[in-house]
Amino acid sequence: MSTTFMQLLSGMVVSVEIFLLTLLFSLPLGLLVSFGRMSRNRILQGLVKVYIAIMRGTPLMLQLIVVYFAPFYIFGIPIAPEYRFIAVIIAFSINYAAYFAEIYRAGIESMPVGQYEAAAVLGYSKSQTFFKIIFPQVIKRILPPVTNETITLVKDTSLAFVIAVAEMFTIAKQISAKQASVTALMVAGLFYFVFNYVVAFIMEKFEKKLSYYR
Amino acid sequence: MEDRNLLTIEHMKKHFGDTSVLFDISLKVNKGEVVSVIGPSGSGKSTLLRCATLLEEMDDGSLIYSGRYAAKSEGDKSVYASKEDLRKIKRSFGLVFQNFNLFPHYSVIQNITDAPISVAGVGREEAVSKARQLLDMFGLSDKENAYPCELSGGQQQRVAIARALALEPEILFFDEPTSALDPLLTGEVLSVIRRLADEHMTMVIVTHEMEFAREVSDRILFIEKGYVVEEGTPEELFASDNPRVRDFIGSIRK
Repeated sequence: MSTTFMQLLSGMVVSVEIFLLTLLFSLPLGLLVSFGRMSRNRILQGLVKVYIAIMRGTPLMLQLIVVYFAPFYIFGIPIAPEYRFIAVIIAFSINYAAYFAEIYRAGIESMPVGQYEAAAVLGYSKSQTFFKIIFPQVIKRILPPVTNETITLVKDTSLAFVIAVAEMFTIAKQISAKQASVTALMVAGLFYFVFNYVVAFIMEKFEKKLSYYR
Repeated sequence: MEDRNLLTIEHMKKHFGDTSVLFDISLKVNKGEVVSVIGPSGSGKSTLLRCATLLEEMDDGSLIYSGRYAAKSEGDKSVYASKEDLRKIKRSFGLVFQNFNLFPHYSVIQNITDAPISVAGVGREEAVSKARQLLDMFGLSDKENAYPCELSGGQQQRVAIARALALEPEILFFDEPTSALDPLLTGEVLSVIRRLADEHMTMVIVTHEMEFAREVSDRILFIEKGYVVEEGTPEELFASDNPRVRDFIGSIRK
């Protein structure tokens, strides 16, 4: 029983790691992608559109498999065992960056032009205008959709089972099969639920913190 | 008042797509002068102001601040100065918008001090004390830590004026500063502008407030369909024989 518990615990840790690392990479990457998407350079904008279309238009599960096997099938590089986890982080990060990019874009494009004009007349440089005036307001505006994506990410971490990364769902499924009981899967379900409860709680705190202005 | 020229606009022309908005606008503003720009909606008043404040590029004409060319007419089109020069020229004027355009995530004091600190390089203490002085002058001392959403429109506009003044512009433009306000709030904003006029602040004011324009202006410019129809002292303009001017002033004052 205690080994089962330890196994589930280690799965939880891996799931949390996937979650945190994906956010760490995809949130800034998404901002860069949104700049490309809004670029006046047609070629860059076109390339980014194709990238976003692929990321949103194909299953994340398939993307995981492609990222995992690509080095071997395309370049003939043997797949090292530690690449398994790295592949998950790469696939999740580039997938979520595409979604976040569109959220950033919606937020940035919703900003009234008067904010840019006021900053321009006051002499702010372009980067000062963006980072001091525009972006802080964009964050407030996009927090609800970002919360949505973040909650989806918690549940999506379970997709890593497809390349046999030992996260929560993979382990729960193994235990469940071995014990011929659904208990382990129930524990996994509870884990995802509590995890998301915490995520929603934290995001709500952020929203409250930014509610000092309209 | 000395006769130093702060702003000269020569033959400004501007069109958007196929629509010409400004055909030929010229204007000179000397230090200490208050010039009002009046005219019917769509006459090009706001476009004139947006071109003068470099928010919009004019197609032809020259724009000169204190003898420095921001744009020079060369062969039927305006050639603008380098980015570096324009940045310096921008320091010489301020603009107050119709919709205030305060930064909602900054408190009142931050709205006023941020540009002096992070753009003009003024020390924080100096910027704050200057801002407090302005707030005091505009009767907003108790609003220092409020956020724009907690203020009335009139208070927001007064903060916006303080924000523009904090950078110590030589000339201050107003783009219909009271058009978004009800009559009561209009009064408090106008009294602030009146006070600046008393202190010989150089101002160019686009407005629909005829009585106010008459009272504070040294000169009034009447613009219609992209042309200056008439220019003169308030007395001259309000006694004008030009039927367009008479009609307009008459209809507004009713």
